[in-house]
Amino acid sequence: MNILYLFLAVIAAIVAWWLVQQRLTAKPWLEAGPIGATGASSLPTAKIGLGVFLAVVGCLFSLLISAYAMRMDMGEWRPAPVPALLWLNTVMLILSSGALQWARVAARRGGMDGVRAGLLTGGGMALAFLAGQLIAWHQLDAAGYYLTANPAAAFFYLISGVHGLHILGGLVALGRTMDKAWQGVAGGNVRLSVELCAMYWHFLLFVWLVLFGLLLLTDPIESDSGLVSLIWRIF
Amino acid sequence: MVDIGVAEVIPPAEVEDVELYHPKSWVTKYVFCQDAKVIAIQYSITAISIGLAALVMSWFIRLQLAFPGTFSFITPSNYYQFVTMHGMIMVIYLLTALFLGGFGNYLIPLMVGARDMVFPYVNMLSYWVYLLAVLVLVASFFAPGGPTGAGWTLYPPQAILEGTPGRPWGIILMLASLILFIIGFTMGGLNYVVTVLQGRTRGMTMMRLPLTVWGIFTATILALLAFPALFVASVMMLFDRVLGTSFFMPAIVQAGEHLKYAGGSPILFQHLFWFFGHPEVYIVALPAFGIVSDLISTHARKNIFGYRMMVWALVAIAVLSFIVWGHHMYISGMNPPFGFFFATSTLIIAVPTAIKVYNWVLTLWRGDIHLTVPMLFALGFIVTFVNGGITGLFLGNVIVDVPLSATMFVVAHFHMVMGIAPILVVFGGIYHWYPKITGRMLNERLGQFHFWITFLGAYLIYFPMHYLGFIGVPRRYYELGETAFVPPSAASLNVFITTAALIVGAAQIVFFFNLIWSLSKGKLAGGNPWKATTLEWQTPQTPPGHGNWGKELPVVYRWAYDYSVPGAAQDFLPQNQPPAIQAR
Repeated sequence: MNILYLFLAVIAAIVAWWLVQQRLTAKPWLEAGPIGATGASSLPTAKIGLGVFLAVVGCLFSLLISAYAMRMDMGEWRPAPVPALLWLNTVMLILSSGALQWARVAARRGGMDGVRAGLLTGGGMALAFLAGQLIAWHQLDAAGYYLTANPAAAFFYLISGVHGLHILGGLVALGRTMDKAWQGVAGGNVRLSVELCAMYWHFLLFVWLVLFGLLLLTDPIESDSGLVSLIWRIF
Repeated sequence: MVDIGVAEVIPPAEVEDVELYHPKSWVTKYVFCQDAKVIAIQYSITAISIGLAALVMSWFIRLQLAFPGTFSFITPSNYYQFVTMHGMIMVIYLLTALFLGGFGNYLIPLMVGARDMVFPYVNMLSYWVYLLAVLVLVASFFAPGGPTGAGWTLYPPQAILEGTPGRPWGIILMLASLILFIIGFTMGGLNYVVTVLQGRTRGMTMMRLPLTVWGIFTATILALLAFPALFVASVMMLFDRVLGTSFFMPAIVQAGEHLKYAGGSPILFQHLFWFFGHPEVYIVALPAFGIVSDLISTHARKNIFGYRMMVWALVAIAVLSFIVWGHHMYISGMNPPFGFFFATSTLIIAVPTAIKVYNWVLTLWRGDIHLTVPMLFALGFIVTFVNGGITGLFLGNVIVDVPLSATMFVVAHFHMVMGIAPILVVFGGIYHWYPKITGRMLNERLGQFHFWITFLGAYLIYFPMHYLGFIGVPRRYYELGETAFVPPSAASLNVFITTAALIVGAAQIVFFFNLIWSLSKGKLAGGNPWKATTLEWQTPQTPPGHGNWGKELPVVYRWAYDYSVPGAAQDFLPQNQPPAIQAR
């Protein structure tokens, strides 16, 4: 549960940081009268909403990774090979994320052509990533590591599948954003959508990098130093 | 009372007013509606309906325990199916959905002074996915083999093995239903959290929020972080059952035959399940804490004692609830230092909880207590929660838990603390807010009758059950048969408990009659029958119209608990009353 608690510690730090700003030591019974600021964020509500959602998604993946690490610890762990194709897929996802970042910068400057190009590239790369993942599944399957072969293989299909589904969901949102960008909806509206897409993509890229790092581990991690050795092996 | 400014200065809103959605037809107004108030009622009706089914199942459980072998329709398989479905429905589909989806949807926008939730469309989807989850669960009753009988904790490997009731379809539908429930809840939960963060009206700081909102807000954050654990566990078990993976399934020899499973870990499931399961207790308890605080303050005409401490305690309980899950697994076997850690953290969580109890009692101290029906239920909650909480302190210790864990003592404990106590708050909340929802009061006499039967009856059911646990009557057993250490008097006690349970269950008819009868015949309530300070009672219309407020959103000038302020003309000052009008 190390990884999960690392994640929860990050969430707790954000919550604590937020709580500190809410004047929790105020004595509201002594303070009747108008108050200028309620403590609400000046960020768009949709962004806050996405932030909360990403916290939930992050929790989901931390739990999957924790379960994976705990199972590794429990002995009799026969790891599945990592298809080399995953490196290429990782590059695709990085490019996808980069393209959306490009669209985001273009949207901030008001260049609609850049936005469209960025969205299109980002979406295309994401599709390429998904196709690559499917091929990787097929390769593993052909190599005898089918879903029920052993726990390591099952975990790989499960976690990469859940991640892929999240990309797929993101593509729906991306499609709607593209629709807006091509329809020529007012600039601010498109910009927000593009920013939300980029945020989501960067997050899923981060999740994938962690997952991929985890897959590259071939030996079970020791329970005492699990987190440390995980970080050590990833970097 | 110090006034820190002049009333004329009204600051501009920081967050723009949401663009309100307007229903165009009957269907979008009452069925596929995005108005949080309608969604709240949809959630409540669905949750209470499925809860009634679970109540009837508890009757069957009790009938079997009191009169074993008398009823032919209660076979051992049926018995385990009733136990499983009763537990699962009550905890998740009734209490969680009712507190967060029902009370949360109705009260959050009104209490923070918003027109609606921030993402109304997602909020509507949340209800429909929840309804689908309930329907999938109900479908398992009609599937071949019936619903699952694996116990509400669904422990593998037995949950998906041949021989457990509901193995063909029940367990699959159960897991699918849980997955749907969590997806639906996440949609709603995003709304509750972000509406509290961003939807507050001018002047409504976090420290001016009523504790009801604080309770629901903290519970929702807990749920958003805890439900993914159940989600992961459900998906993995569904894989094990349907696709034949071995996440939780070790190599098993059943009836001399090697099953195809190998290499999984059942303990992994327990960790995931209880990582969700313990926060779940507080997901149900925190909204109850919040609502009870408001009921007590309003009906004792006194400000809540230690408001800041109440908020801090809510946050502290929420944080601590993530590091105590292991106390559900003492008998699964664990490293002794881990047992020590979980026992300690479990006992520590009693500290903020005790602070809350003291603060409720101190709020009552020298208050102008009106023994209205909501107040009766709130008082009943305090007593019941203390009772159930204290047995929790016993069970939190490894050495006490190990012998008691498999007995009726545990059944009595968790029913007191997370069954009866929150349900009393649900009733109190309904009696309290029904006038706002419908514009009419519930009948007082019927309400009192309902309270006394429910409250006293609950004690008649669960107090003797603790005793049964002490003398070693095991839980989960279909029938005891001849057992040397259980005296024959246990059987007559079981008959007594069952009689009480049947009466309490049947008495709920009075409540439902009251709900329906008062809808048209109840006394007209007016806008603020309890003379309460919080914003939901200050709406221009009762029941609140679409968009909650008139043209202008209310502006908040004070906290939620200005009752019996010295020198004030009335014994309450609504949150939106500017200080200048106050007589000093």
